[in-house]
Amino acid sequence: MSSFMGYFMLGSALFIILSMALMLGRLLGGPTLYDRLLAVNSFGTKTVLFLCVFCFIIGRPDGVDIALLYALMNFIATIAVLKFFNYRALDVGLTQSDEVERGDAR
Amino acid sequence: MSLILAAAADVSSAAESARDIDWWGIISVIGTIVSMVTGLFFIIAGTVGVLRLPDFYTRLHAAGMTDTLGAELILLALIFQCDNLQMVLKLLLVAFFLLVTSPTATHAVAHAAYRAGLKPLLGEYRAPELEEDGS
Repeated sequence: MSSFMGYFMLGSALFIILSMALMLGRLLGGPTLYDRLLAVNSFGTKTVLFLCVFCFIIGRPDGVDIALLYALMNFIATIAVLKFFNYRALDVGLTQSDEVERGDAR
Repeated sequence: MSLILAAAADVSSAAESARDIDWWGIISVIGTIVSMVTGLFFIIAGTVGVLRLPDFYTRLHAAGMTDTLGAELILLALIFQCDNLQMVLKLLLVAFFLLVTSPTATHAVAHAAYRAGLKPLLGEYRAPELEEDGS
């Protein structure tokens, strides 16, 4: 990797970090739960991108495996948190929805 | 005559060196820069949209659209920089999982918020009613 491409990748990684820091504003000050959850999901996607770019910067491309793992874990964590705040429990089947009290919008 | 021959040899050597240009290197650098800049633009546009739009559903729209496209473009820019097939396959796997899971998570968040009674800001148009037995 040439030196220009190294600096370009470094600038891109800093740009992604800036975007993540801006996303923290919505995460901390979101009015509802779902705003925060959306911010967490978007933050996780940006984390995956930053991990991929960072592996190319330091020249050890093995970390893309960690990025792949993080992409899957981010999705499962989002679904699990949604299900928890919908049913207030985690061991509820996805199809039974009538007899369980639904969560409120906060 | 010898001058013409020397000029012809010069031209042929110039053509020979022109044929030695690393076209794949140029294409990969240009593809990397264009894809990365476009992807970063989409990423920062989605972030500014999440920060500044007035309503939860509009914020969800901004984040869900632009994160998917920006992530794919940035991973494409990294694929241009790879030098072996294993890295290309790993990055394609990451791109595939992001392409599948990101709109699914966005849809799940929107559906959960709508079922929990979070009303969108309404103008002239009205959202359709949710069916009672829809899970």
